[in-house]
Amino acid sequence: MPAVLEIEGLRKTYKSRRRGTRNALDGFDMRVDAGQVHGFLGPNGSGKTTTLRTLLGLIRPDGGRMTLLGHEVPAALPTVAGQVGAIVESPQFFPHFSARDTLSLLAGAGEVPATRVDEVLELVGLRDRAGERVKTYSLGMKQRLAVASALLKNPKLLILDEPANGLDPGGIREMRTLMRTLAESGMTVVLSSHILGEIQLICDSVTIISLGRRVAFGPVDEVLAQHSSGAVRVRLEAVSDLPTATEALTRAGIRVTGHPDHLMLAGVDKPAMITRLLAEQNLYVSELAPIAVDLESVFLELTATAPVPGQHRQVDESTKVGGTGQPGATGGGWGA
Amino acid sequence: MSLYRTELRRLAKRRFTRYMSLLGLLVLAAVVIGVFFTNQKIGADQMAQAERQAEQSYQEQVRWSEQERAACEQAKTAGTATDGRYPDDCSVITPPPREQIQADWFLPSTFNFRETFDETLIPFAAILALVGFVVGASFVGAEWSTGGMMNLLLWRPKRLTVLLTKLAALLTGMLAVTLPAAVLWFAGFWAVASFRGSTEKMTAGAWQSSALTGLRGVVLVLVLTTIGFALASLGRHTAMALGGVVAVMVVGQFGLGILLSMASVRFTEAWLLPTYAAAWMQKKITLQDWNSCNANYYGECKPDTLDITWQQSSVLLSVGLVVILGAALWAIRRRDIS
Repeated sequence: MPAVLEIEGLRKTYKSRRRGTRNALDGFDMRVDAGQVHGFLGPNGSGKTTTLRTLLGLIRPDGGRMTLLGHEVPAALPTVAGQVGAIVESPQFFPHFSARDTLSLLAGAGEVPATRVDEVLELVGLRDRAGERVKTYSLGMKQRLAVASALLKNPKLLILDEPANGLDPGGIREMRTLMRTLAESGMTVVLSSHILGEIQLICDSVTIISLGRRVAFGPVDEVLAQHSSGAVRVRLEAVSDLPTATEALTRAGIRVTGHPDHLMLAGVDKPAMITRLLAEQNLYVSELAPIAVDLESVFLELTATAPVPGQHRQVDESTKVGGTGQPGATGGGWGA
Repeated sequence: MSLYRTELRRLAKRRFTRYMSLLGLLVLAAVVIGVFFTNQKIGADQMAQAERQAEQSYQEQVRWSEQERAACEQAKTAGTATDGRYPDDCSVITPPPREQIQADWFLPSTFNFRETFDETLIPFAAILALVGFVVGASFVGAEWSTGGMMNLLLWRPKRLTVLLTKLAALLTGMLAVTLPAAVLWFAGFWAVASFRGSTEKMTAGAWQSSALTGLRGVVLVLVLTTIGFALASLGRHTAMALGGVVAVMVVGQFGLGILLSMASVRFTEAWLLPTYAAAWMQKKITLQDWNSCNANYYGECKPDTLDITWQQSSVLLSVGLVVILGAALWAIRRRDIS
């Protein structure tokens, strides 16, 4: 599948006399294939928005290569800008214009037919409120307007930074459906979000960034599988048999954690081996459940941002992982 | 071209643009109306009235001088004329000659187009330049501060083209207001002169001079509009331009003026920007140093003078424009947009 977006070794350093040097992007890589919905995840301050701004020509990079739709950017941005719709960070519009005026002016600047304005207003559910001034809109409505502005060009690549921010549950579901519909129509969607459940539901693939570097990437199920701990929960018919089962499993080299009514086993490759081992001891399994990891736990593990009781994690306190050979890498990359 | 048309639409849609332009035009209209009602046409009646008032004034002078002469002689007779109130010779207390009290002094104010119209172009240019400055600053400043500029750059990633197109649209808009306003200004004062003054002696040369002064006024409006736009773009906020102007006026002009006066610097006004704006409009301003004295043949004290010409002003305006606009263009090209 051809890559719609590729980033290799992207660097951006901010220098300040007072605060010293900070690497917002430290050799960041990313690849998004055509037709995918791609999740772009990272803790606050990890470099997500800097990446998107750099990609869209708003920030000048200090190093690295980027391509959009096969064209090197920022040099070719004027060529590809018409095919890339984007929202970067929170939606920002001139507050005294109506939604229709706002979109109409953008359409005029981008030489998009005026009829497209009503189409996208309908698409994001703002048709009946399009004549009202943006300053009267709720955050969710502004978000819808931002998505409408990004869709106005009918882009091949849609980049949305926190599109569900401020949306009500119904709006989040509508946004999810919209993303899927757009992807099915052939549009590639890059979605930056902190709502990891949504990402897991919507996205085909993800990139996780931490402290300006990629810490994991690839199809969602592969990333999850890569970070699955092989944990299995076991219940027996009789709770009184748990100590005997613990002894037998430990002898077989399996790490066991006892609980009052079940055992948690770690590092289990083949769950069938458990039933066989226990059956040999005349112990019968009533439940054998592999513990599935979700994107949130993988994210928290990879970025080391899981809350710790009694500690107050500061922004930028997250994991920095070496370039190649980083844990979680499941293939892809520049030219792969 | 689509971006230019869109920016023109954006400019026209902005309420601030509409209100400020309307306010500026209302102030200009108020000036014309005010001048209309404070002037009168001079006819035979007004001349006769002025003659009567001049004669009345002369008679008052005659009465007063006779009273004073009588008082003087009475004081001399009583021997109380020693306080210096009266001259030694009471006969020198005489009324002024009749011809010294001119009827012209008692004529009502009248609007002479040839003599006065060029002066009216100074407030015309000043008011529209102020409108242009704040509209220009707000046009780009509000776009920067509300994120509109960033949105636009996502659509049209050529930063210099976007900024210059916005400026071109702004200047077109200002011209669209200024040129009709100038025509109405000419027409309005022509009407004032026709009904409340005189339109005599308007030769081709006089028309040309007025037209050139008007043209310089339009240029001043456009330059200040551009400076407001460029300052706001440089600071990425309308307040940058407005704050910059307040700072320059308070610190750079009033403060500098006081400091230079305290230091007894000659021709203090030569350091102040309004002098150059006035010189630009009036073609030449002559500054005088009242601390100097050049005695002439008759013993009269003449101050040193310094001429500020419109050419010198044009150099200052050009340099200011190039530096500020250049800085704005450099900044949008080089600085990150976040």
